[in-house]
Amino acid sequence: MYILIVGCGKAGSHLANSISRKGEDVVVIDNREEAFNNLSTEFTGFTLLGDATEFELLKEAKIDNADVVIATTTDDNVNSMIAQIAKDIFEVPKVLARTFAPRREKIYNQLGIDTICPTTLSVTEFEKAILD
Amino acid sequence: MKVIIIGGGKVVYFLAKTFLSKGYEVTIINRDQDYCERLAKKLRATIIHGDGSDPYFLEDAEALKADAVAALTPNDPDNLFICQLAEQKFKVPKTFALVNNPTNEWIFQKLGVTKVISTTSIISSLIEQQVTVDDVTNLFPIDEGKVTVTQVVLTEESPVLGRSLSEVSLPYDSVLGSVIRGDEVIIPRGDTRLLKGDKVIVIALPENQAEVFKVLLGHEKEGVR
Repeated sequence: MYILIVGCGKAGSHLANSISRKGEDVVVIDNREEAFNNLSTEFTGFTLLGDATEFELLKEAKIDNADVVIATTTDDNVNSMIAQIAKDIFEVPKVLARTFAPRREKIYNQLGIDTICPTTLSVTEFEKAILD
Repeated sequence: MKVIIIGGGKVVYFLAKTFLSKGYEVTIINRDQDYCERLAKKLRATIIHGDGSDPYFLEDAEALKADAVAALTPNDPDNLFICQLAEQKFKVPKTFALVNNPTNEWIFQKLGVTKVISTTSIISSLIEQQVTVDDVTNLFPIDEGKVTVTQVVLTEESPVLGRSLSEVSLPYDSVLGSVIRGDEVIIPRGDTRLLKGDKVIVIALPENQAEVFKVLLGHEKEGVR
């Protein structure tokens, strides 16, 4: 599988390390060079420096061959835009965008973007821990 | 008419001023508190300090009642999402997105934003129009260049001078829309004679443009799309 991860912060790099260890092909994009320091020695994929909302960069990353695209930058709207480009223009089979604001999640879903909202996830876990 | 503008800088200020002078109801959303305070002192508009791509602030701006939303921030992803939010959640009839990167023009259209404004494209086409070859001016493309409207000035070398339109054989899929002679505007008929200095408005398919120019000017001119 070819997995393209946009955003090499804590979550993005962790995911990249973990999937790369499992033997999948991974490419990570970030617009800050130092972000790639988050990648461990286990990471055997490629890194690409630049702004992933630029169409040319996504093409350079061979997004059209990607099986999965994960958008985990720190900007919800950037994630939403990349996810839509991946899904609607390049027809990537599986696309996930992270969104921090639960308020935005519903609209993303209406736009056909599958989302992961860390806020909602942790609240659910906290609730479980408190009430169980 | 109620317009919501998201963005900042001088463009937003003067745009709001223009709309207000026409009696429109204007609401501006901006993330920068200082900018908001300055604007609030200068304009009779509703100014909201907040993130315009957050549904909460659009609701605050009464987006449900808005006739138009214009997303004019320097960030293309923000502008895209603001327009999608306005259309999907608030059913705003007209949304306008500024694209800073001209490549995003077709991407936004593909993703469903109907009105996309690319300053780069507008400025470059304006410059092209003004500096194109002396006797041919591209006025505007229709439907992304499927039809072009061009102005041709007839010089003394033109082979059609003194001839009536019925004597001039233009290629298929092209038509002369009007002839501007000094202050006079003529909607041409078969018996209209073409004179030196006439500004002829040509409506044609882009592929036939060059041939029309050849007929009218006696030499080929490359049209700019």
